[in-house]
Amino acid sequence: MDFSYTEEQTLLRNSVSKYLADNYKFESWRKFTRSEAGRDPNHWKQFAELGLLAAVLPEEHGGLGGGGVESSIIMEEFGKALVVEPYVPTVVIGGGFLKRGSDAQKEEWLARIAAGETILAFAFAEPRGRYNLADLATTAKKQGGSYVLNGQKAVVIGAPWADHFIVTARTSGGQRDKDGVSVFIVDKKAKGVTTRDYPTVDSLRASEVAFENVEVPAANLIGTADNGLPLIEQVVDEAIAAVCAEATGAMKVLVDTTVEYSKTRKQFGVPIGKFQVLQHRMVDMFVQYEQSVSITLMVTLKLAEEAVERAKAASAAKVTIGKAGRFVGQQAVQIHGGIGMTDELNVGHYFKRLTLIDTLFGNTDHHLKRYAALS
Amino acid sequence: MDLTFSPEEEAFRQEVRAFIADAKTRLPKGLGAAESADRSKEDYLAWHKLLFKKGWVAPLWPKQYGGTGWSVTQRYIFNEETAAAEMPTTLPFGLSMVAPVIFTYGNDEQKKKYLPRILSGEDWWCQGYSEPGSGSDLASLRTKAVREGDHYIVNGQKTWTTLAQFADMIFCLVRTDPNVKQQEGITFLLIDMKTPGITVKPIIVLDGAHEVNEVFFDNVKVPVENRVGEENKGWTYAKFLLVNERSGIAGVARSKKAVERLKEISGAETIDGQSLVDDEDFARKIADLEIDLAALEYTELRTLAQEAKGQMAGPESSILKIRGTEIQQRITELTVEAIGYFAYPNERALGHNDNVGPDYALGQAGHYFNMRKTSIYGGSNEIQRNIIAKAVLGL
Repeated sequence: MDFSYTEEQTLLRNSVSKYLADNYKFESWRKFTRSEAGRDPNHWKQFAELGLLAAVLPEEHGGLGGGGVESSIIMEEFGKALVVEPYVPTVVIGGGFLKRGSDAQKEEWLARIAAGETILAFAFAEPRGRYNLADLATTAKKQGGSYVLNGQKAVVIGAPWADHFIVTARTSGGQRDKDGVSVFIVDKKAKGVTTRDYPTVDSLRASEVAFENVEVPAANLIGTADNGLPLIEQVVDEAIAAVCAEATGAMKVLVDTTVEYSKTRKQFGVPIGKFQVLQHRMVDMFVQYEQSVSITLMVTLKLAEEAVERAKAASAAKVTIGKAGRFVGQQAVQIHGGIGMTDELNVGHYFKRLTLIDTLFGNTDHHLKRYAALS
Repeated sequence: MDLTFSPEEEAFRQEVRAFIADAKTRLPKGLGAAESADRSKEDYLAWHKLLFKKGWVAPLWPKQYGGTGWSVTQRYIFNEETAAAEMPTTLPFGLSMVAPVIFTYGNDEQKKKYLPRILSGEDWWCQGYSEPGSGSDLASLRTKAVREGDHYIVNGQKTWTTLAQFADMIFCLVRTDPNVKQQEGITFLLIDMKTPGITVKPIIVLDGAHEVNEVFFDNVKVPVENRVGEENKGWTYAKFLLVNERSGIAGVARSKKAVERLKEISGAETIDGQSLVDDEDFARKIADLEIDLAALEYTELRTLAQEAKGQMAGPESSILKIRGTEIQQRITELTVEAIGYFAYPNERALGHNDNVGPDYALGQAGHYFNMRKTSIYGGSNEIQRNIIAKAVLGL
């Protein structure tokens, strides 16, 4: 057993962390997340330059051949800096689907993702579907050499920045059947695609996306028709591992910032960190953070296992992160007191991101149920 | 011991209901709900003015100053009905914070000058208590007032001053004697916000709202007649006010309504094709919440029953603050959980009421973030536990 990182992995972490420390400071983050565009496109270019977008893609298609460990290293550092760039939708999810696609799809997309030439968004959730990946009212009907797409997708994260969508749709069966689900890559500029863009409460950008008789070439089907769900589950589990890593990064900042603050903030003549009730609270935050790191490691190492083992690990991690993120976020605000409630301090923004990470890809309850059902 | 209301009390309830039904037709829409975080001064005062006209704006005041003269039960009924109808709340800073200090400790001129203007809504008050270095440890405050002839010259800074941007007056704790025990050198001043030397700077909070402010005092001249009670006795008045602040803080009636709303929302949300409210896990969480709320309600009723016998609420009223705010926070947390992915959209950034998801999802995540303040303000919940530990358990 060896949990140490390779030299390359350590170098990767150092290069992400250095880039973000130098170029992704909270003050500039505040500016570009509030700008019209909602991001500074230069960062995406730099991520490509640094090889971050290539890190987990296959070597034969312009990637660097890394896997879950590399992805979690990148995401943990991203979590520390509240990175808004669409790494998960484009690389982890988009890349995750396309590297399992046809040879033509791999050829067409993977090198472009690695080079930062395309941004993808994952249009899977629906207004009435909650977290069930198979609960799809969006349909894709085969007509000659194409599919015709109709339906609505809710809260498509990163969609305002994307040029293509990965879309889940029903090609046969009833609304919640496990069979009959398919995955497509759809050009955002295709006729019949409309988007409504908005900022999210955790400073990302998202869109409501509607498809009205959108013609999608059959070549844009990823995987096999009607049997897309296992692949969707696999890619979403990989994305869960990535956002769990992001959450541990965010928690790390909150634990450190809160402990530091408690050493300097004085009330009743002593630093508040001297009060035992707050000491124990911060110990509990630390414990929750450590448990989160451990379970993120577990899911990362189990991503390659067979489907049930992988899915259980992903759900276990998501539950742990959901509970820990809530506790750490709430207590970081509480211990900071009034200042923790302000928009000016970074603490509240980490708290918000952690809150929404619980929602993303299914909340604590959803994954408890999924875990129980798989056990 | 009994729980029933007398025919007179039931008649009073009907009167309150009729008044509310009429008021609803006169008020701007949506004032009581979570989505209306950014209100104008007029919005805030609309309900206050209707209550004033009816003579119902000050249930906590003695009748001689314009109070309603209601019994504890009547006040309870009024709170229950206004909360159930999701009426806005009146702002506490004038009506329930400074006014009781003025009519308890102020002189006749002060009562005559300020109370009618608080009652009518003509003067908007804000609270100058917290300072950047004095939060939980309020008595360490450093804003100082130096006596010069007929005036005090005030210098310093207050913070977390709720809605100071609209205020006409601020009641302030200031240090008048730095050479004695902290609590013995504090004075309670009433200060006109238009006095030269006062600057108000907004603080934006987690949901993006401009709700609180910093207030700076730079050589602000305050007439001595604006002092309440005696110099250096301000801590006594300040504590009296803090106990009052705590008594209404349980918010039981509002939480009951919020739970009802939560049930409506989870009734409209679906999970695997069924209603979320019927989902076993979610239903259990709502039940758990309702049970805790019932326990809190009866704790509050016990306090009210005591009050009806003329006994002032004691330090155990800290229970109401702790449990009341914890429950309020859990309701907002569960509401965010109920709306699923529609917690994401930040409608405030789009312009108001421009919702992305269902109407009921509008502003709910922001409301959850904002309600984290409740376990911090009014004496943090840690401070409330200290109070119980010391004053009730004798630890």
